[in-house]
Amino acid sequence: MVRRIVFLFILLISQCCIALAQQKLIVGLKEKYTTIEKALAASKNGDEIIVKKGIYPSLNTVINKSITLTGQGQPVLDGKGKDEVLTILANGVTVNGFIIKNTNNGSSKDYAGIRVFKANNVKIINNTLQNTFFGIYLSDADDVLVSNNNLTGTGHPTQSGNGIHLWQCNRIKIENNTIRRHRDGIYFEFAKQSLIQNNLSEQNNRYGLHFMFSDDDKYIGNTFRNNGSGVAVMYTKRITMLKNVFEKNTGSSSYGLLLKDISDSRIEYNKFSLNTTGIYFEGCSRINVTNNDFFQNGWAIRLLANCESDHFENNNFKGNTFDLSTNGTHFQNKFINNYWDKYEGYDMDRNKIGDVPYRPVSLYSQVLEKMPYAVMLMRSLMVNLLDKAEKAIPSITPEIIKDEQPRMQSIAR
Amino acid sequence: MLKVTKYVLHDIVRNKILIAYTVFLFVLSCCMFYLDENPDKAVSSLLTIINIIVPLVSMIFTTSYFYNSYEFIELLVAQPLKRTNILLGEYLGIAGSLTVALIIGLGIPICMYALNPLALTLFYTGILLSLIFTSLAFLCSVATRDKAKGMGLSLLIWFFFSVIYDGLILGILYSFSDYPLEKTVLVLTAFNPIDLGRIIVMLQMDVSALMGYTGALYKTILGTNWGIFISIAILLVWFIIPLLVCVKIFKKKNL
Repeated sequence: MVRRIVFLFILLISQCCIALAQQKLIVGLKEKYTTIEKALAASKNGDEIIVKKGIYPSLNTVINKSITLTGQGQPVLDGKGKDEVLTILANGVTVNGFIIKNTNNGSSKDYAGIRVFKANNVKIINNTLQNTFFGIYLSDADDVLVSNNNLTGTGHPTQSGNGIHLWQCNRIKIENNTIRRHRDGIYFEFAKQSLIQNNLSEQNNRYGLHFMFSDDDKYIGNTFRNNGSGVAVMYTKRITMLKNVFEKNTGSSSYGLLLKDISDSRIEYNKFSLNTTGIYFEGCSRINVTNNDFFQNGWAIRLLANCESDHFENNNFKGNTFDLSTNGTHFQNKFINNYWDKYEGYDMDRNKIGDVPYRPVSLYSQVLEKMPYAVMLMRSLMVNLLDKAEKAIPSITPEIIKDEQPRMQSIAR
Repeated sequence: MLKVTKYVLHDIVRNKILIAYTVFLFVLSCCMFYLDENPDKAVSSLLTIINIIVPLVSMIFTTSYFYNSYEFIELLVAQPLKRTNILLGEYLGIAGSLTVALIIGLGIPICMYALNPLALTLFYTGILLSLIFTSLAFLCSVATRDKAKGMGLSLLIWFFFSVIYDGLILGILYSFSDYPLEKTVLVLTAFNPIDLGRIIVMLQMDVSALMGYTGALYKTILGTNWGIFISIAILLVWFIIPLLVCVKIFKKKNL
């Protein structure tokens, strides 16, 4: 008993010592430390450096101690276009409340606003990054939180980098960020078991979201809008995409969501609107596409013949120019219980399910697949007549592609 | 000239066909807008119908009216009136009444349900199509004396422009699909007023699809203000040239 009390007492004392040892270093133009570098040199692991309002030049300030860097009143760290701004090399660092701007840019090195290299448990929160080549660059880092940041890139067509760039990371959390005018909004390569939530990625030159070889990630509630080529994801297994919005990605090679060699994934409750192509599937297998809305896209879905065992259920298709197009007669996917606004069937038994199957591939979309310039004849009487004739007696469109139980009414969400 | 127009208008109002046409258009567009929850989809259905009905009715109504009032025209020619004025007066009366029918039958429902640029574009192209096909019908009826022949000719023209022409283009595309045909298609479609009208509306409606593939090319050529100006100019040419030719024939015609 006594030993236990003594032990607790010692524990208490040591805690107090740590708390006392954890000092706050204040950086400001009229404070003890005038630059962050000086404060860093004087700090120990576990300290907090508080930076007062002001403009601080920061040419690749390296943080190699486990400290908390807090900005009061949004101090500015200016890279002056010469180098990176902040590099974090230690575990457990927090960077909170800064305006970081003007990195160098160029093709020889990926200059970043905030770089995290081989450091775990880092937190990057409440920062604003402006005119940065790469925004936040994580490599070989685990358990990092990137939250509430506002990133604006250079917007330059060739000289711009990625907003949030991940390379070989695990268990990263990226939430509530806004990314604009970068090359790729969010870029992942070998980033696993991560969560990407409530971000807005828009006006990026290339992709709003781009990842490869990044298994077991979750994408929830993000908005990808007006990006040069929409969203492209490749060579990945077991991803979950829920409640995301993909909109206004228009252009000749632009896709709301481009999936290439993706398998065992879930795409649910997303909204695709006003894209040239809503979702493009190439070599995808075992993907569950359920409860999504496809509104006013050019092609709601383009499903290539090398996809198999994909399942489409409870989706709404409204106002799309074409609901589905494919490039062959081979088809091993399933459509069931979707709502198609072009469905012209009837419901005699009143179970709200149409009694005749709906064939989402129209003759004309097959013709366009072969001769894209025939797009000028869209909606002409001739084409309508051909489509109707084909619907009555299918000969060119693949007989096997159909929704056996189309809904009569759209699904309210 | 305006006096002739006044007589024609009087006559047309007594004639029930045009009123039936107006009511039909009105009921149709109201139904479309009322039944479809999405006004854009209603416009797309209306586009299909307008592109068939408006040229057809313009052609048939004009030709039959012209032949029915042949005696009246002969009477007018006997008066000290310029033949150009007589013909233009007739044209104004018929084209004007068709336009009014379209304004009431399509314009009012659009104002009621979907006053947006897309629907208004449809409305303007509808009016231009009325004018164009009325003048084509005038050309048919002035060119032939026989009523059956004139009706047949005008029906043929309608059928050619709305079905055969697109079929021909599709055939050309199919047989020459190894060649780059983007510009060719563009030029070919410009020679058909129905196609051109459809494309003007489509450029606003299917923006997403048209931005893909070669559609982007058409969008960049036709979608700009300059492109729209050119396509409207071509439509105006389609309406003025047949009318001028028609006036020229009518001047020298032995009635």
